Amino acid sequence: MIQIEGLRKVYRARRREVVAVDGVDLAVRDGEIFGVLGQSGAGKSTLLRCVNLLERPDAGTVVVGGVELTGLSGGRLRAARRRIGMVHQHFALLASRTAAGNVAVPLEITGVPRAARARRVAELLDLVGLAGHADAYPAQLSGGQKQRVGIARALAADPQVLLSDEATSALDPQTTGSILELLRDLNRRLGLTILLITHEMDVVKRICHSAAVMRDGRFAESGPIADLLRRPGSELAGGLFPLSGAAPDPEDPVLDLTLSGAVADQPLISQLARRFDADVRILDGTVQELAATRAGRLRITVRGDAGPVAGWLREQGVLVTEVVR
Amino acid sequence: MTWSEVAELLWQGLRETTWMVGFSTVLTAIGGLLVGVLLTLTERGGLLPLRPVNALLGLVVNVGRSLPFIILLVAVIPFTRAVVGTTIGTTAAIVPLTIGAIPFYARLVETAIHEVPADVVAAATAMGATRRQIVGKVLLREARPGLVAGLTVTVIALVGYSAMAGVVGGGGLGDLAIRYGYQRFETEVMIATVGVLVVFVQLIQTLGDVLVRRLYHR
Ligand SMILES: Nc1ncnc2c1ncn2[C@@H]1O[C@H](COP(=O)(O)OP(=O)(O)O)[C@@H](O)[C@H]1O
Ligand SMILES: [Mg+2]
Repeated sequence: MIQIEGLRKVYRARRREVVAVDGVDLAVRDGEIFGVLGQSGAGKSTLLRCVNLLERPDAGTVVVGGVELTGLSGGRLRAARRRIGMVHQHFALLASRTAAGNVAVPLEITGVPRAARARRVAELLDLVGLAGHADAYPAQLSGGQKQRVGIARALAADPQVLLSDEATSALDPQTTGSILELLRDLNRRLGLTILLITHEMDVVKRICHSAAVMRDGRFAESGPIADLLRRPGSELAGGLFPLSGAAPDPEDPVLDLTLSGAVADQPLISQLARRFDADVRILDGTVQELAATRAGRLRITVRGDAGPVAGWLREQGVLVTEVVR
Repeated sequence: MTWSEVAELLWQGLRETTWMVGFSTVLTAIGGLLVGVLLTLTERGGLLPLRPVNALLGLVVNVGRSLPFIILLVAVIPFTRAVVGTTIGTTAAIVPLTIGAIPFYARLVETAIHEVPADVVAAATAMGATRRQIVGKVLLREARPGLVAGLTVTVIALVGYSAMAGVVGGGGLGDLAIRYGYQRFETEVMIATVGVLVVFVQLIQTLGDVLVRRLYHR
């Protein structure tokens, strides 16, 4: 649905150059939720703004739904933009319009007649759970409700793709949860493709099927989450499931296990104990249901020789790395 | 002078002031919005960046704003004659009043439009809005409280300018206060005139405030 190749964006201000996006390749498949994770200043917003050409890239191509946006300008670019919805961190609602009025804006822009517009607006407000707030002004709504208006507005013109720039970063944890649930629900019910950027691990855990880790304008890693978790040294794995803790006896080897997919549901530890008659201790770890897969990481320590234990675990499909002190 | 004579004078002055200020307000609103929008569109990072146009427009506005009104009044006499056929009288005063107030209001329009958050404009661009749609549906509409507040300030400034317009035979309350109070030492007439002016200005401010409050949804 979205293909980006060799994307580069440089900001020039007073003889200083900032390379905000430095050669990014990205493919978002139809109907998936793709998350770009990175710290502030990594270039995430710039990347997202290049997708609908709010920023014109210095190099590279952006193709959305088969249309190369980087080759368009004027009316044809505007037409392409109407097929891409966008959700903003600080909502970007019109303060002078009610919730219904805000959702109607994209429909007015495309020239939908008044009666059809009113119907569609009511439908959209209902879809995001704001049916009772049509006449409220943004100032009268909570952060979560404002973002729901923002999402309804982004969906108004029936986009193929939704771009989300830190949609939940200005919200409290509980509201974040409900907005993420809404996005996941829209993804499932409408088959909506979503490209989102975030600095919160939790967002990736809860709704993303694929992800990329961005740093200094580049992707450090990128792909389906289940694949990334199986990759040794994955930053995403370390970020999603941070492990800490040392063995009580410093002589004992320590192993970090990454479990992704079916293996995460196996009674591995008890099998391990039976098979090797080993003393296994869990030092840290979690196993969770992610949007993409059931996965987790464990840090264990084994009394004695860890070699056979690690070998057997690898046979089961576990990614095993020995922690060196 | 009897009180009924004074009342007659005040009534006429009020009518003249209302006509001068009212008419130039309408023209100023149109002209100031136009110039103000052009200033914001053509600035660097605006929707239609045009450096030379912006620089020229900015210069004209600044010249207009730095000229003392009394000098402007005299300077535009030939233009006034060309437009209204005469250079004296209430209607003739409308020309310099408008020319003086447009740059003033244009800057206030510019400031009000700058208050519209950049991400709201970006959101409209991302929706595929045309420039015209962004100006109409986002910039002007979102700036409405600021535009009305700015117009209120402008109208009150016009009331002040209109006193000087008495110099070209414009009449009005300000002129009345000057003629009777300053030149003839009829202190009572002057005080009564100033009183009416104060009430007049107060009314304009209140009306503006009520409108702003109705438009403001924050
Ligand atoms: N309009 C701009 N002008 C100049 N520099 C910018 C601009 N926008 C972003 N940058 C710079 O580009 C880099 C990436 O910014 P951004 O894309 O906002 O990162 P993120 O969204 O990951 O926090 C930062 O160093 C930032 O200062
Ligand atoms: Mg950002």
